[in-house]
Amino acid sequence: MSRRGMMARKLDRNSLLFFGGALLLFAVVQVLISVGVLTDYYSTILRIGAVMAIVSLGLNLIYGFNGQFSLGQWGFYAIGAYAAADLTYRWKLHDASGVAVLLMVVLFVGLALWGLGKLLSKVRGLDILSAFGLYLVAVFAAAYLGVRVGAVLTGPLTAALSALPEALASQIVFVVAVILGGVVAGEVAYLFGLPVLTLGSDYFGIATLGFTIIVKVLLDNSDTMFGFEEMKGARGMIGIPHQTTWAWVFVFLLLVVVITRNLLHSSEGRAMISVREDEIAAKAMGIDVARYKNLAFVVGSVFAGVAGALYAHINGFLHPNNFNFLRSFDPMIIIVFGGLGSVTGTVTAAFAWAILLEGVLRLFLPDGFETWRFVVYPLLLLIMMLLRPSGLLGGVELPFLKQLMPPLKPAAKGPQGAEGGQV
Amino acid sequence: MNAVPTPDTRPPVLHIQALSKYFGGLKAVSNLDLVIRERELVGLIGPNGAGKTTVFNMITGIYVPSSGSIGFRGTELSEMAPHAITHLGIARTFQNIRLFPNLTVLDNVRIAFHAHAGYGLTDAIVRNARFSSHERLLTERAQEFLGVFNLQDRQGEIARNLPYGEQRRLEIARALAAEPKLLLLDEPAAGMNPAEVATLMEMIHFVRERFNLTILLIEHQMRVVMGICEWMSVMDFGEVIARGTPQEIQANQAVIEAYLGRGAAALAQKLKRKRTNAA
Repeated sequence: MSRRGMMARKLDRNSLLFFGGALLLFAVVQVLISVGVLTDYYSTILRIGAVMAIVSLGLNLIYGFNGQFSLGQWGFYAIGAYAAADLTYRWKLHDASGVAVLLMVVLFVGLALWGLGKLLSKVRGLDILSAFGLYLVAVFAAAYLGVRVGAVLTGPLTAALSALPEALASQIVFVVAVILGGVVAGEVAYLFGLPVLTLGSDYFGIATLGFTIIVKVLLDNSDTMFGFEEMKGARGMIGIPHQTTWAWVFVFLLLVVVITRNLLHSSEGRAMISVREDEIAAKAMGIDVARYKNLAFVVGSVFAGVAGALYAHINGFLHPNNFNFLRSFDPMIIIVFGGLGSVTGTVTAAFAWAILLEGVLRLFLPDGFETWRFVVYPLLLLIMMLLRPSGLLGGVELPFLKQLMPPLKPAAKGPQGAEGGQV
Repeated sequence: MNAVPTPDTRPPVLHIQALSKYFGGLKAVSNLDLVIRERELVGLIGPNGAGKTTVFNMITGIYVPSSGSIGFRGTELSEMAPHAITHLGIARTFQNIRLFPNLTVLDNVRIAFHAHAGYGLTDAIVRNARFSSHERLLTERAQEFLGVFNLQDRQGEIARNLPYGEQRRLEIARALAAEPKLLLLDEPAAGMNPAEVATLMEMIHFVRERFNLTILLIEHQMRVVMGICEWMSVMDFGEVIARGTPQEIQANQAVIEAYLGRGAAALAQKLKRKRTNAA
């Protein structure tokens, strides 16, 4: 058997083990939930763990792999949560206007961003703020058009969805809402990233922190400023259907893990990582640094949006205080604990965070623990930095997530000089 | 000053005219002219701080020139983005090695193939046949490059763990993987002893033949470039003070002054005269 054949078989075995293990884990937890061993309390903790894993994987892409210190992840999480919640909330009242309008807005804005990007790539020497201005105008125009077209399509879409069995229709709306939540977050990230990603690392961190604060303030005023009365502003949005089951979070988590792994082990992923390693060397090797910063930021934000959308349908309740900028540090803590640049570590740390800190400790510690959270976390972080700065699982990956070294090739003829080797 | 001893039949690969770069009031490079023709191996030498690396940074787009033009095979480079310049066929190494330190030797080279990967983002995410075949091809070519530089056994090693000499070789391998027509080497012999320098010079000759390259080499130790360059330009305080063949440069008064200082140069002259008188 050829070497390549053996490699392919090994790859298959790793994939098989990974998906088999994942399926087993899913089935065991699902059975425990179904027979009632895991109460609603624990199942919620597990679902929160999965959601945190998704949002942290997004941040790991931005910070761990692309090297951009971002505190904006929680803002994109909020955007995904509210966007998706609004769609399913409206559909609960048999109104598909949310789905129709957001779908159209996302479509038109996406087309506008793509088209303008193509157009501007031909223009040389355009400074970044002028370009951003053009993008902003294009996005607002496209969004307005989307709202108009969406309003027209609302009637037919409502009729079409109503014709389906009710359970099926609500599941379709839910999945579409989650995906749209991610895409909306991604499009906002693209627009926001254009000017901001040109900033150096520290300044970028501050700008993204500002972004999270702005999103929270806008959500506080969502009912009065934007006319989304169902969001109820600072009073908190209630009545969102509880549709995020263990099965759904698991499917989305698995999808995110596989996408992350496929992305990282490709030329696109290597380009992203090279930006973290050395920006100037990356440029000299022909990597369009701005493009790959933006790519990592957008993909990471899509994950945040998806996670937010899933979160919204766990408790059925959203409050702007959940999206306070302080919570931005939660995914940051998770990826630092798990190990920057480790997918396995991030997922493990997210579940550990949910189970230990949010779950078990809260059960056993007295009521006032809530206020001690922000003493315990930094302390743990401090100890971590002192004892194991690369994180719990820094550099460790499951075989499926690891990059395999290809078999060696027989040596080609080198120069005599290099043969000497010991330079 | 001596005329450039190149036959003008070969087309110029790099054509620099009146290139200047100011940092505030500091003239890093002023009014530089340089023409490099196909398949030439040219040295750009001068004492530390003469502006040699600034010239490289302008050619590769890291700095925007204050004035002047840089033509590369008929394309004007002076307002282009660095990655676009690399795509046109210019690759470089750095004075203080700039590898991707935490990545494997193989990935260092594979990143340089990025522009020729042949698949896009969606292909990568869904892992279709296009991705698999191109990725395999790309990996095999990267291994070939490592083989040329005798690094094939090191493919899984983390780049920063390599010994210094191997890091230098890897950096050149990576630059060549970007498929350049023009290779810019920034002090490739820095930190090497004479034996290592000799090995390096052989390697530079070898890659020029094998990859059909035009090479521009920066060096501040003169003896390094004497052996291999066809001709060279000497810079001092941002200006070209001399150019010619290695022999001509060695005898050039302005060059000796730039390297030793005016007083020391005069002293050297006096000693030389005394020696001839005594003989």
